[in-house]
Amino acid sequence: MHGTDTRGAMALPHPLDASDTVAEARRHMAVCNACRYCEGYCAVFPAMTLRREFSTGDLTHLANLCHNCKGCYHACQYAPPHAFGINLPQTFATLRQESYAEYAWPAGAGRLFARNGTILSLLTAALVALALVLTAAIQDPAVLWAPQTGPGAFYRIMPLWLLNGLAGSTFLFALLALTMGAIRYWRGTGRSGGAPLAGPAVLDATVDILALRNLGGGGHGCNDFDEGFSTARRWLHHAMFYGFLLCFAATTTGAIYHNLLGWISPHPFWSLPVQLGTWGGVLLCLGTAGLAWVKTVTDPAPVARQLMGGEYAILALLFLIGATGLLLLAVRHTGAMGLLLAIHLGLVLAFFLALPYSKMVHGLYRGLALLRNARERRAAGTA
Amino acid sequence: MPDFDRLWDVLVVGGGNAALCAAIEARRAGASVLVAEHAPRPLRGGNSRHTRNLRALHPAPTEVQTESYLEEEYWDDLLKVTGGRTDEHLARTCIRASQHAPGFLRSCGVVFQPSLSGTLSLSRTNAFFLGGGKALVNALYRTAEALGIEILYDTEVQHIAVQEGFASEAVLSHHGFPQRVRFKAVVASAGGFQANRDWLREYWGEAADNFQIRGTPYAQGRILKDLLGQGVQQVGDPTQFHAVCNDARAPMEDGGLAMRLDCTPFAIVVNRNVERFYDEGEDTWPKRYAIWGRLIAKQPDQQAFAITDSKAERNYLPSVFPPARADSIPELAGMLGLDPAKLERVVDDYNAAVRPGTFRPQVLDDCRTEGLTPPKSHWARRIDTPPFIGHPMRPGITFTFLSVKVNDRARVMMADGRPSANIFASGEIMSGNILGQGYLAGFGMAIGTVFGRIAGEEAARLARN
Ligand SMILES: Cc1cc2nc3c(=O)[nH]c(=O)nc-3n(C[C@H](O)[C@H](O)[C@H](O)COP(=O)(O)OP(=O)(O)OC[C@H]3O[C@@H](n4cnc5c(N)ncnc54)[C@H](O)[C@@H]3O)c2cc1C
Ligand code: HEM
Ligand code: SF4
Ligand code: SF4
Repeated sequence: MHGTDTRGAMALPHPLDASDTVAEARRHMAVCNACRYCEGYCAVFPAMTLRREFSTGDLTHLANLCHNCKGCYHACQYAPPHAFGINLPQTFATLRQESYAEYAWPAGAGRLFARNGTILSLLTAALVALALVLTAAIQDPAVLWAPQTGPGAFYRIMPLWLLNGLAGSTFLFALLALTMGAIRYWRGTGRSGGAPLAGPAVLDATVDILALRNLGGGGHGCNDFDEGFSTARRWLHHAMFYGFLLCFAATTTGAIYHNLLGWISPHPFWSLPVQLGTWGGVLLCLGTAGLAWVKTVTDPAPVARQLMGGEYAILALLFLIGATGLLLLAVRHTGAMGLLLAIHLGLVLAFFLALPYSKMVHGLYRGLALLRNARERRAAGTA
Repeated sequence: MPDFDRLWDVLVVGGGNAALCAAIEARRAGASVLVAEHAPRPLRGGNSRHTRNLRALHPAPTEVQTESYLEEEYWDDLLKVTGGRTDEHLARTCIRASQHAPGFLRSCGVVFQPSLSGTLSLSRTNAFFLGGGKALVNALYRTAEALGIEILYDTEVQHIAVQEGFASEAVLSHHGFPQRVRFKAVVASAGGFQANRDWLREYWGEAADNFQIRGTPYAQGRILKDLLGQGVQQVGDPTQFHAVCNDARAPMEDGGLAMRLDCTPFAIVVNRNVERFYDEGEDTWPKRYAIWGRLIAKQPDQQAFAITDSKAERNYLPSVFPPARADSIPELAGMLGLDPAKLERVVDDYNAAVRPGTFRPQVLDDCRTEGLTPPKSHWARRIDTPPFIGHPMRPGITFTFLSVKVNDRARVMMADGRPSANIFASGEIMSGNILGQGYLAGFGMAIGTVFGRIAGEEAARLARN
């Protein structure tokens, strides 16, 4: 008996048992499991063939394992207008969203996933306004609008204690909420809860994440636009993802410079934090803008439309963070710096707060799904 | 609006694999090509849309096929399934050229992968399409469009005017409006007639109403009949078709491969009258797959029921529609609408006849019955572990064997033995030349690709001169 025996999971009641989407996903899996034509596209199908019955937890796992490459929609002889109406990318995207809401912490916060685009936009606007008001309230207008140069220029606009306090507390809250979500997700999608993890499986999953191996239609590309193959979304996500990591690294090096080395920002253009931040910002902007463009031209048939608002909103937020960061660099020696710094910080705070209640949780749950999948494949000897 | 006034070099009738291979080959040879596909765009691609692999000769391992598969073995396999009802010259032409079929399809954007799980027995002989036949069809259409081939969807070719073996024009229904098309050569790649129930009824009577058509509803055989009615020579038994056992709840058309049930070797199969009618354990996968559809087609009401138990369930692929499950045989009979007492007796008799043996699902094992008619020669295990399971079954028809006769250049032969001046054929519409009966997995696509290419090349050559 190995990790693919799902009988234990079948017996456990699951909060999404009554969902229509779960019933629809189960119907889809019954057809796919008898067909299997799409086996070469991604990890979902080999994981499916290890199962015969699909518990709600299994389906949630498979939905989060899906990378939405759309290969299996364009290849499906049962896609609409066929009576079977098989549309796996759309069904899985909807189920993913339901699972985000279900596992959100604290209980009840899942409601934020409905009309997510509007909520994100309002949150962003509110926090940018708050940052502006706070800065204006704390600072003498003469300082705010005057060009600031030399060490500590930023902190003359926004005091360091306030910066650390706001960013730190929102980030810690996001971490807590994400951790709780992760625990609930992990328990809800399998029997084995917190079983110890083996190194090789963790390594497999890490490679899957860093390379986005499953966003490749089995190697020759996804159906990003129509039934032709492309790797556009994969490269754009890489740009966004690694750009984001570079920005994160920039902030971290900045903190190390400040706290350990006592080097106070702004740093020179060729310094490590500024270089990391610049390239990160450029990649982040390119990636998010590109992904938004793809969404506007892609064949809408396999798209889950009700999710698009939230996706556009998070893409816009990330783009704005990157763009204001770059602008800040450009104008940091002018009088516009104060205003831009406040806006940039407001956006970052909004992003941290939105982390657990937006599309951003996909990284966490997909990562966990890839980990579960790697463990299953190791156990079945198909890794 | 396509140009119906011009004189096209080549008209291709149909929109499946055979048609597109012909169109692409002809266009690459420089001909102007018009493709008329009866189906609307979302349902384009005929039976080819439902396929998953192609049988290809290969002298050494390839990226997707293991070991080697050479001409003599391929030919032997064909000889076995057709019982000699084939044309050796055409068959060998096809077998030899099948070596280059994957490469050609790859040049058209088709992606291959190693065999799927559950089809290990085909990993040597067959190359699988990544994503299956619809992905293949999509790639062929994209290539055709990029080459400047004109494609008309929702366009049925209703008649090709033939005089003395020369085709002058075609009558079509384009989005329901009548049109005429003139051409220098025509390639008929319009598939079989399996979806034409009236035609099937001529041979099978009312039973035809209970046949499920596995593939496209557009396989009406209109052009096949049209050509045969104008002096084209016929081959293949018109009454015969290839059929598998499908789930009884599958749609009457277009249910595709996922509707097939492959539980028979691990089950006992009874008809409506609760009688067993054939040795369920006779042979391994490829053979049993192909015979059960025909067997069921001959049972009362064209229905049958496979009875297994929970210990057998994991030996076969899951079915799309859930089977009936019950804790006792009489209860199961009730759910399937069978006589409970009778089914219990049949299962008891069978259980009593099962001899002890070592169960080995992949090979012909020694688990068999003794003193039972008909016997079950392999994989016979007692049906004794509830829940008991019942799968209702019906015949699912894949294609018909009736065809137009062709020569090795894909040129249609007239009844008087002379080749037509400018009519070519490829795919299912001519496969009866090579497959007089039976079927080899992946051979349909091999025939379509090979003869599609030949037909396209020849039609373009003719148009040039
Ligand atoms: C479920 C299923 C699975 C199969 N799997 C395999 C497999 O894995 N490997 C394999 O080798 N074979 C397989 N086959 C057999 C295979 O589908 C055929 O051998 C092959 O597709 C024949 O190709 P074709 O182009 O000749 O016919 P089709 O693909 O059927 O194309 C016929 C085309 O003609 C069009 N048409 C018909 N009449 C007209 C008209 N009057 N005017 C205009 N257009 C018309 C139809 O719309 C259709 O597009 C399978 C068949 C089925 C049903
Ligand atoms: C574990 C790490 C991650 C994985 C496995 C992952 C995977 C994916 C995949 C497969 C998609 C496309 C399918 C979909 O729309 O759901 C996607 C979309 C997206 N990802 Fe990630 N991601 C990860 C981390 C991140 C990070 C760190 C960011 C932010 C910087 C991010 C931002 C986005 C956004 C905004 C989208 C939506 C794009 C769109 O709507 O077109 N992801 N991610
Ligand atoms: S998506 Fe369609 S073609 Fe792919 S495995 Fe499922 S049913 Fe088959
Ligand atoms: S990753 Fe792509 S092929 Fe796999 S299930 Fe999702 S959409 Fe389908």
